[in-house]
Amino acid sequence: MTASIALNLTPDVRYVLRIADTCLVHAQRMSEWCGHAPVLEEDIALSNLGLDLLGQSRALLGHAAELEGGGQSEDSLAFLRDESDYFNLTLVEQPSRRGGADFADTQLRCLFVAAWLAPLWQGLSASRDRELAAIAGKAAKETRYHLEHAGDWVVRLGDGSAESARRMQAALARAWPMVAELFDDDEVDTAAADSGLGPRASALREPWLAIVEPMFADALLALPPDTAFRSHGKRGTHSEHMGYLLAEMQHLQRAFPGGVW
Amino acid sequence: MTTSVAAVPVDAAAEWPLWEVFVRAKAGLDHKHCGSLHAPDAKAAIQLARDVYTRRQEGTSVWVVRSEQIVASDPADKAMYFDPMEDKVYRHPTFYVLPESVNHI
Repeated sequence: MTASIALNLTPDVRYVLRIADTCLVHAQRMSEWCGHAPVLEEDIALSNLGLDLLGQSRALLGHAAELEGGGQSEDSLAFLRDESDYFNLTLVEQPSRRGGADFADTQLRCLFVAAWLAPLWQGLSASRDRELAAIAGKAAKETRYHLEHAGDWVVRLGDGSAESARRMQAALARAWPMVAELFDDDEVDTAAADSGLGPRASALREPWLAIVEPMFADALLALPPDTAFRSHGKRGTHSEHMGYLLAEMQHLQRAFPGGVW
Repeated sequence: MTTSVAAVPVDAAAEWPLWEVFVRAKAGLDHKHCGSLHAPDAKAAIQLARDVYTRRQEGTSVWVVRSEQIVASDPADKAMYFDPMEDKVYRHPTFYVLPESVNHI
């Protein structure tokens, strides 16, 4: 067993890790569909989306390792941190295929995250950090396709059969409590916005709504009212699902340290 | 342990229709037929064609067409349609003597 790594978590490193970990954990959940999607064509499509996210995460983790300055790599950051050192949005660690979730959860989440990443990449493309800006510029194209693909599915299921609409409504009820976190600011967001590193979370809410609301209208869905519940994955406090996800994701690197293809 | 897989009855009406996919590798080239896929409608067919057939940079443009819209010659007509061309070598432009200056075009 390989021990976990300790990190020097400056606000800049935290800010980049939040995005990197959101992409990484989202990709891990998407990968669970490989070989299990309802039809072969969508199986390949979901794997493609997952691999886009993994690529974005790799670039961001590599950059976070440089910013952290302690000799870490994208691999050590991906596989050798403890749960409380992951800063992904709680939404993306929720079950997406197993554990009571289904295809509707996956497509809805994919839409919600893509609608969050789209304005984030746009904001980051003007970052004072030129490498971060370059990563965002490349990722933006991928996210545009995710929006279209997942958005079409949400409309198709929401405005589909009685059964598909029921499932999409249920998926929305499961996802919604975690959505508020997408737009919650804290001191890391403030530091990033003030120093020109990237947009604060709350600045993403208006563009997110501008993307999601028309799609929801087509899907005959309504955004539920806000609740007082707050999740805190971006601060390292995760839901009960995160430990299991990490155990599966980290198992090989922990059991066979430094193993490569 | 043995598992038996029960035959699942296929409801043909509930199946997504079949589409033929044509991919253009780069500007200036033709769209080439590269396979088929199932999709619920034209927009989804384009998206899935992109995901299934251009994952390795194979294309810059895709066409899809409902398979049922393609009219094909009957394989039983193959002898009647195509065999008569076998002995008509004069239809190949190989009997002209070209001027030296254009011989290497």
